[in-house]
Amino acid sequence: MSALDSKCPSGPIAERWEKHRFELKLVNPANKRKFHVLVVGTGLAGASAAASLAELGYRVTVVCIQDSPRRAHSIAAQGGINAAKNYPNDGDSIQRLFYDTVKGGDFRARESNVYRLAQVSNHIIDQCVALGVPFAREYGGTLSNRSFGGAQVSRTFYARGQTGQQLLLGAYSALMRQVGLGRVRLLARREMLDVVVVDGVARGIVCRNLASGAYERYAGDAVLLCTGGYGNAFYLSTNAKACNVTAAWRAHKKGAYFANPCFTQIHPTCIPVSGAYQSKLTLMSESLRNDGRVWVPKRANDPRPPAEIPAEERDYFLERRYPSFGNLVPRDVASRAAKERCDAGFGVGETRLAVYLDFRDAIERDGADTIRQKYGNLFQMYAKITGEDPYLLPMRIYPAVHYTMGGLWVDYNLESTLPGLFVLGEANFSDHGANRLGASALMQGLADGFFIVPYTIAGHLAGRKLARVSEEAPAFEEAERAVRARTEQLLAIGGTRTADSFHRRLGRTLWDHCGMARNASGLARAKAEVRTLRAEFWEDLRLPGSGAGLNQTLEHAGRVADFLEFAELMIDDAAHRGESCGGHFREESQTPDGEAQRDDARFSYVAAWEHPPQGGDSILHKEPLTFEHVKPSQRSYQ
Amino acid sequence: MSHDPHSHAPERMRITLKVWRQAGPEQPGRMETYRLDDVSPHMSFLEMLDVLNERLLAQGADPVAFEHDCREGICGACSLMIDGQAHGPQALTTACQVHMRHYADGDTIHVEPWRANAFPIVKDLVVDRSAFDRIIAAGGFISTPTGAAPDGNALPIPKPVADQAMDAAACIGCGACVAACPNASAMLFVGAKIAHLGLLPQGEGERERRALAMVQAMDAEGFGNCTNHFECMAACPKGISVETIARMNREFLRAATRERPATIELGGA
Repeated sequence: MSALDSKCPSGPIAERWEKHRFELKLVNPANKRKFHVLVVGTGLAGASAAASLAELGYRVTVVCIQDSPRRAHSIAAQGGINAAKNYPNDGDSIQRLFYDTVKGGDFRARESNVYRLAQVSNHIIDQCVALGVPFAREYGGTLSNRSFGGAQVSRTFYARGQTGQQLLLGAYSALMRQVGLGRVRLLARREMLDVVVVDGVARGIVCRNLASGAYERYAGDAVLLCTGGYGNAFYLSTNAKACNVTAAWRAHKKGAYFANPCFTQIHPTCIPVSGAYQSKLTLMSESLRNDGRVWVPKRANDPRPPAEIPAEERDYFLERRYPSFGNLVPRDVASRAAKERCDAGFGVGETRLAVYLDFRDAIERDGADTIRQKYGNLFQMYAKITGEDPYLLPMRIYPAVHYTMGGLWVDYNLESTLPGLFVLGEANFSDHGANRLGASALMQGLADGFFIVPYTIAGHLAGRKLARVSEEAPAFEEAERAVRARTEQLLAIGGTRTADSFHRRLGRTLWDHCGMARNASGLARAKAEVRTLRAEFWEDLRLPGSGAGLNQTLEHAGRVADFLEFAELMIDDAAHRGESCGGHFREESQTPDGEAQRDDARFSYVAAWEHPPQGGDSILHKEPLTFEHVKPSQRSYQ
Repeated sequence: MSHDPHSHAPERMRITLKVWRQAGPEQPGRMETYRLDDVSPHMSFLEMLDVLNERLLAQGADPVAFEHDCREGICGACSLMIDGQAHGPQALTTACQVHMRHYADGDTIHVEPWRANAFPIVKDLVVDRSAFDRIIAAGGFISTPTGAAPDGNALPIPKPVADQAMDAAACIGCGACVAACPNASAMLFVGAKIAHLGLLPQGEGERERRALAMVQAMDAEGFGNCTNHFECMAACPKGISVETIARMNREFLRAATRERPATIELGGA
């Protein structure tokens, strides 16, 4: 059997999930309490999984890095969540959501997984409504929908501009109910630093208690990693500051393959960088492209303020290049189009690295009040950060790193190549291929946690003989010894440069050579730079204080150390994939119009990388992708 | 862009910071003074603290611990008393969204942690707000197990009701209401959740239990009572109204005077 058995069921695609669920083993109700599941992370995937598993009767321990599970970064998602409800009667269906997602991902996702995602999408909306998520409603009381990029139907459910917050608080409330009932043990301010493997199966984790500095061991029968994406490898991204690759990377080093690490999403509508002190970038929701029109002046370096540029001297470049999707093309397409205009000298603002997102026409058409109702909090956020009023001046936006489609490889059961280790949400690689459509991340996180892993975990728990393991077992001793040693090593370097300065340099290298556009020589240069930087890090890091008690600089240094290792894999993956697809744009592989040119003959596969056990280069494994239901074509949004 | 409204602002400002430093929960704390000569008006308040910390690191000193994560005003992690105001001088704004352009060259700024018995200090500006999680665990939910939900449109909810529930649900759990209240009361936080869930028909079934359990948990955590200063509403970055406190009181009274579910023992509310 191949090391990469996706375990996808066969048969008609619409029946596969049902068939698979029937074939999966069950754990009988009385036995569920004998199993202990460890959940790492409390975003949409982690919170919904922990709550659902506890409801089923499993004993659950949850750890999160923040002071409260309610602060996980799912909370910052703005625009919405997709589902194939077809409430607007505009032609949507499970088949269409499936089709749009496979196509939007540029044919680099598994058909079976994506179809299942579309199937469970409707249950997610029902569940969230029942949990009290205050979705937007019509006056008659029915749920509202709006449109999002990459689709020609309105299938996005939303709660003002803070859908992620409301969904996360819904999942958090379900989790906290189980905590109150004593079925979930909640441990906040814990950072998972290693997975413990016993007899080839993931049986525990080692954490550092971030408040006390103590190392803690937790043994269980399965480990669920729900630890989000690695966009902060780029330093500047829309991710929260605590987002990191550490849990995924440590699991990778223990045997979980890392899939498609070069698939990163650059979101087109973010507030541009304003200075060298910049600590993060802020997204402006894609929903704004429903009413905002993206443009630059037709004349390069036009010095006039936007209001003085008449309509005929404006280049609405998305509408020009993509008349049928207009401003609602997928994110990768919109980002590259903005970069192309700026590179050609048409950018606006002080840095010339920005394009306008203009609401003038929408405000004239619908009135400022209507626009305020739809996007009020986004406009307010923009005004706070930039000091400009978007009701009067067009927003200035530029692409920024936002989401990572790559992640730990998982099979149809969401189980990684390390048995017993399941990976959910953004942390896994599944479903979005090489580009994620807007409003699909929330859908996937909740699908994995509410409706997939509660079934598939039984296959592991009931299907394998799991002997009791003790937290005193040698594997735990060894794992704790190793993470302690690493912390001590970091503290002992005694150099001159801060972790933040290394992180910024790493981010710059990745953005320049492994960002919106990549080429072979740039990637080779980036790899050399990352290696040099990593060597310098371990020689010249300055880290004050000790490992006892709260030490935020130590936490950051550990994460930067992992980013420095991971970055090389990201670059290797980008270098080996000599085609363009979705967010991965290789300059060597483009159509005459400058669109991403896939090479299905050579690259229609998932690249899953194995950590070399004895050092040396990462080992590439390929999971071939076959498309029986959506015929791969050159993506066109014209 | 020539229209930059900040072109009048100086490129670099001198700011004096007086920051609460406390090594641990049991250690004594004190205000320390730091001077920064190169603050850009475009920086966020937290980016200014980043600059301070990088400088402290360069000097081999311990950087200031402060809580932050999303830095876009939604996660609720940041929690700074800035010149005696929770989240600083701007209405409807978390500390992470305050920008230095609102300060003048030469200003002195005091930065302290939230102060409340129910929020013990962890280190410097970091406090423990897990009391909020325990209040939610007591009753801040609607009990619908996964898989048991009817169709989302099965229960129409008029737009004004959904909007009102959303207004209350916007709470980010930052604790500014507690920090701003002279009694360190958590009633705005609790009231917001009771209003959000109580307004929705899905939450009707647990209305009484929720009000009793959450108020009881709130009292057990050591938060104070409301004496109508409304400082909480003034400090709330999400504009949660004190009407939610009135609603909480009504819900509590209604629940307390009805037949009580057997599982609820009333505390000292």
